[in-house]
Amino acid sequence: MDFALTEQQLQMQDSINRFLGDQASLDRVRELVSEGACHDAQLWQGLAELGITGLLVPDEYGGAGLSLLDAALVQEILGRHVTPVAWLSTAVLAPLVINLAGNSQQKQAWLPAIADGSMQFAVAISEASGRRDGAGVAVSDGQLNGRALFVVGAPDADVILIGCNNGELYAVERDAPGLVYTALRTIDDTQCLGELNFSAVAAQHLPMAQANIVQCLQDAGRVMLAADTLGAAQKMLELAVAYAAERKQFNRVIASFQAVKHMCAEMAAELEPSRSLVWYAAHAYDAIPDESRLMACHAKSHLSEVGRFVARTAIEVHGGMGFTDLVGLHYWFKRIGCNRQLLGSPERCREDAARVQDWA
Amino acid sequence: MDLQYSKAYQDFRQEVRDFLERHREQWPTRSSLGRPTEAVRRWQALLIEQGYTARTIPKQYGGYGGAADILKSRILAEEFARAGAPGGLAGQGVSMLVPTLLEMGTEEQKQKWIAATLSGDVLWCQGYSEPGAGSDLASLQTRGDDDGDDFLINGQKIWTSTAHEADMIFCLVRTEPDAPKHQGISYLLFPMDSPGIEVRPLQTMTGHAEFNEVFFTDVRVPKTSIVGERGQGWQVANATLKYERGMLGDPNTAGTRLTAIIKIMQEETLDGECLMNNPLYRDRLLKLQARVLAMQFNGLRLMTATVKGGDVSMARMIVKLQGCELNHQLAALAIDVLGELGVLYHDSPRIRSKGMWQRSYMFDLGLIIGGGTAQIQKNIIAEHGLGMPREPKPMSQEAR
Repeated sequence: MDFALTEQQLQMQDSINRFLGDQASLDRVRELVSEGACHDAQLWQGLAELGITGLLVPDEYGGAGLSLLDAALVQEILGRHVTPVAWLSTAVLAPLVINLAGNSQQKQAWLPAIADGSMQFAVAISEASGRRDGAGVAVSDGQLNGRALFVVGAPDADVILIGCNNGELYAVERDAPGLVYTALRTIDDTQCLGELNFSAVAAQHLPMAQANIVQCLQDAGRVMLAADTLGAAQKMLELAVAYAAERKQFNRVIASFQAVKHMCAEMAAELEPSRSLVWYAAHAYDAIPDESRLMACHAKSHLSEVGRFVARTAIEVHGGMGFTDLVGLHYWFKRIGCNRQLLGSPERCREDAARVQDWA
Repeated sequence: MDLQYSKAYQDFRQEVRDFLERHREQWPTRSSLGRPTEAVRRWQALLIEQGYTARTIPKQYGGYGGAADILKSRILAEEFARAGAPGGLAGQGVSMLVPTLLEMGTEEQKQKWIAATLSGDVLWCQGYSEPGAGSDLASLQTRGDDDGDDFLINGQKIWTSTAHEADMIFCLVRTEPDAPKHQGISYLLFPMDSPGIEVRPLQTMTGHAEFNEVFFTDVRVPKTSIVGERGQGWQVANATLKYERGMLGDPNTAGTRLTAIIKIMQEETLDGECLMNNPLYRDRLLKLQARVLAMQFNGLRLMTATVKGGDVSMARMIVKLQGCELNHQLAALAIDVLGELGVLYHDSPRIRSKGMWQRSYMFDLGLIIGGGTAQIQKNIIAEHGLGMPREPKPMSQEAR
């Protein structure tokens, strides 16, 4: 019985934290997103050199062969730095799905290129968490027709993986005839979202999938979004505490007022147990299959609620400055706000959690 | 991360399970924190002999004398809860005084009190809070005037559970009136039948008298009754409060409540429809389920750190605040899903769970306040956990 991170896991978090502290400061993030880059290739190459893009790629394909818990720990740090890289699609969902459902040629072609950072993937599984505007992708004779919304991944991703209406997974090349990509702009400029319209697009099937492959990806994605929110919210709390220690009113630092202290204590009290929930959910995905879906739903929904509370409270602690672009807290606020809706709102996740337990 | 128990612990779990099954007829009906019945005391003796309670307390003081093993403690808690079996005695004597005596008592005090407390022969109450000393406990005013070999005690305590039936009290008394407030208190042990003690039951909003007020008029207590040094009672008491906070906000209570609510929602109906089919109730249930899980996993993290080390001070600091609030919200949900049935009380027809949910909902307010109020907990989290500064002290008379 050991519910703790290993020394290696802590070191990994620390080295990514230092790398991003150096390469992805808020000023740099600001610069990148003002140029319209929700995915920065240079940062990506840096992460590839740290061995992070191949974290979930098996050893024999040039990756590190680590677990979803390790990936969640990385995601937490990416959230902490509101990092504009399409990590979730390329480094988490794509290797998981290729590994589970790809044939050997597909693995050969794609996995090493994920590990060395040379290929980008986008993933279209949003419809499994609810269809908006009549979206959905149908398959006939190996061709795809229809529309996928809220696709995660860089706009110029090389390959797109699609969860289709029939529950099967298909892959298409970005430049396939009949495929049109349209960027969807959200409040959060640090994450890429897009829409894909398919008209008779030739696609390759990922043939080895189990029946619940899309759910499985959805679970992994939900754990990652929870971890991202955890990192972002933790950073907001730290920024609020630091600001309160400097800002003076009534001849005192505002951190000495109980009203302010209690806001910070409430943020910490909500966040700290959430961390254990995220760890457990990631570990359940790796090692306790019976619980993995339930825990992924709970992690996503609970971190969405806690994240929203921390995001608004941290802004409030900053007073008027929290509301300005200058201080930049809004980058975290928006990241948390966007994560909340992706791959299933909290209400949707709780409804899924009810179904897993035969309560609905 | 590895949530498997080793073979030795799996065997231990089986042993506990078998024991509980084998002795099912000897399970006493769960008693309150008051004086234990004969059946409870026999059960207690059996559990000590087995090493299932008082596990780490040395044999010469009436314990089992085992090594500290938090995994075994957890397995015991889980298996007793799973079977619905009553655990060992858990009153304030066992939970708070015994650990304090082990840490700070003289050999004579240990010999005299620990075994007798563990067996249930001696029942204790705790004399800390006063009408004028709640969150600011160190400002307590109950006096112990120096009178030769004795102290003469005058003053009043409040929120004293079991005082009406207790044999003994562990009590904070100001014995050094001229010392600074944290240096003038002594921690005394004395009999509740001492002349000059009056106990008045304090009825609370639940309709029961879970607490008492205790009045002292010239109560004579020998100076040998001090635990620790004279004037150092605040430090001794803080050791005890540490044990109390560990008890409050326990995620096992939340887990048990959650299981009970799930059963209610699966069995009770509204308009002929199972409550679990109501999406609004279900959403509330799921929100709380996530919170219960988070607190349980937080508990796993704390347990691991106890065994292996690691800095989990924030994870520990939030347990009382979050745990007590969560328990309260669970009781609120149970009442809400039961609706009108949820307000039945006393011995009303159609009452559910003997009115336990209403009683918990009210009594939990006391737990949110007791053992350090939610607001004091937030101060601790902010100051010790987040490093925020203390509120400046109000200017004293002289400074003005």
